[in-house]
Amino acid sequence: MDALPHIEVRDLSMAYGDFVVQRGLDFTVNKGDIFVVMGGNGCGKTTLMRALVGLQRPAAGSVRYGGEDFWNSGEAVQQRLKRRLGILFQGGALWSSLTLAENVALPIAEYTGLPQARVDEIVAFKLALVGLAGFEDFYPAELSGGMKKRAGLARAMALDPDILVIDEPSSGLDPLTARRLDELIVELRDSLGTTIVVITHELASILGIGNNSIYLDTESRTMIATGHPQDALKNGHPKVRHFLTRGGEAPPPRPNLPAQTP
Amino acid sequence: MSVAPAWQLDLRPGDADNSGTLFIVLGGRWCIDQKLPSAGTLLARLPTSARRLGFNATTLSDWDSGLLTFVAVIGKSCAEQGITLDVGGLPAGAQRLLAMAAAVPEQKLAARDGGAQGTFARVGAATLEFFRGAPQMLAFLGEVVLSLLRLVSGRARFRARDLWLEIEQVGPRALPIVSVISFLVGLILAYLGADQLKLVGAQIFIADLVAIGMVREVGALMTGIIIAGRTGAAFAAQLGTMQVNEEIDAYQVLGISAIDFLVLPRMLALMLMVPLLTLYSGFIGMLAGLLVSVTIFDIGVFEYYTETLRALEFKQFAVGLSKGTVYGAMIAFAGCLRGMQCGRSAEAVGHAATSAVVTAILLITIAASIMTIVYYQLGI
Repeated sequence: MDALPHIEVRDLSMAYGDFVVQRGLDFTVNKGDIFVVMGGNGCGKTTLMRALVGLQRPAAGSVRYGGEDFWNSGEAVQQRLKRRLGILFQGGALWSSLTLAENVALPIAEYTGLPQARVDEIVAFKLALVGLAGFEDFYPAELSGGMKKRAGLARAMALDPDILVIDEPSSGLDPLTARRLDELIVELRDSLGTTIVVITHELASILGIGNNSIYLDTESRTMIATGHPQDALKNGHPKVRHFLTRGGEAPPPRPNLPAQTP
Repeated sequence: MSVAPAWQLDLRPGDADNSGTLFIVLGGRWCIDQKLPSAGTLLARLPTSARRLGFNATTLSDWDSGLLTFVAVIGKSCAEQGITLDVGGLPAGAQRLLAMAAAVPEQKLAARDGGAQGTFARVGAATLEFFRGAPQMLAFLGEVVLSLLRLVSGRARFRARDLWLEIEQVGPRALPIVSVISFLVGLILAYLGADQLKLVGAQIFIADLVAIGMVREVGALMTGIIIAGRTGAAFAAQLGTMQVNEEIDAYQVLGISAIDFLVLPRMLALMLMVPLLTLYSGFIGMLAGLLVSVTIFDIGVFEYYTETLRALEFKQFAVGLSKGTVYGAMIAFAGCLRGMQCGRSAEAVGHAATSAVVTAILLITIAASIMTIVYYQLGI
């Protein structure tokens, strides 16, 4: 499509008041990447997602989509850029007063002006794609956590976005459901060429589907690794290797700490 | 269940091998379901010369967190006073747990200053909070006005079904409580008037007092307060929960206005239903007045009826309805504002609901005063 990199993040810093969550983030996501944002709990992964998708203005730095600076653009450009994004929130964030079909249909009806019959067909197909055919008239509260997440994915894909941003796809899911979701993500990339940004700390996902990544460090409050997760596992920063092996490799020495008894 | 021996605690100086070390001798059962000695009393008993502390737990029969917390407090205090603490004499499991608890040092940043604040500090913080909230309130007001303008120009999008649902929730379902309160308030008004009017022998004017009072002022005010507590709080809780579930964010990233979609139907429902409820409230109040007048103060039904009709001009209805509409808007505004401002926790939702009612009643009272003065000046 465009020769420019898909998403370019330059010197991004995010803060809540005086508290800096992450600073100096610098990375590029190319078209067709499955880009993994990894890091421990509370390192600012979700805050980064909110800055990427336009929910929270970063303290400094820029986010560019196809060369266009999101945060320094006017409302109209931001709306246009947002339309290229599909977002799956951590808990699915399905609209609780709407049925599944209505949840998926709303973005389509809002932006395409297709006749209702066509919208219904698209909705049925998207729900079938995530394995929820027949659940059209269910309300989100009637679904299990995994189903909510899949329904959220169906809604995020409703408008065939260029970029799919997924916050914690497998948190709270059993290993098999999580794996199905991962396979679905890969399939979306392979068949539709969707660029996918996955925010996760799930090792199986990181190593299984990611082809590019950054690691956000909780202590230094910045990124300490980029590149293919497998490379990071083999010869990355010791902290990242420690993380990717579930602590299997010795952690980098931490000063002033008593040795941990096993 | 056998009764384990109670805890034993003693301080004993070390033998020749490790003189200079003071041993804390622990024996018996150290579990939290007992009344255990506090570490503080033991620490107070320590001689100031003590430089090394150890444990002797050979007669310890059973232990749990009761022992661990005791040791942890001693450990903290020893670290502060520069006393070396040797936990080697404790059971191996206890040693491991203590090591785990000490593995990650206390995060100084994470400790919030939740300590008691002085009255002045609290008043100051509350004042700052109020002024910080004012721009937010104005911004929300602006968004709602823009949304209403979009509605007028036919560009606002929300689902008619949502509007009907809200109307049903706000209107018909509130009838019982509005009936009860209005009836009792009408009754109070009638008694109040009877007492005063008796002095001038003009008890027939109870009808005027009740009719004008209920239709013009009290009906709207009572309905407003009932709906603020009933519906305003519900709005804040609904939107607050949506905020917690990231549903509002989901609207925002899709570029769908959450104001149009969520706030507008609620606003419209209240602006339509509160005036109607006001009308109903006035009617019930007058019914109560009639009942009291006829049964207690010997006024004829027909007399009361004609007097009421004479008193009620169209403008009284207009005033009552306009107040009802404004109160409805205020309640929806307060409820939705607090809901949209809600933080991301269960506690925040509760706070939003409370705050919505307080804000709504405050706004209603302010609006009532302003409108009363303005209508008086205009001679309506």
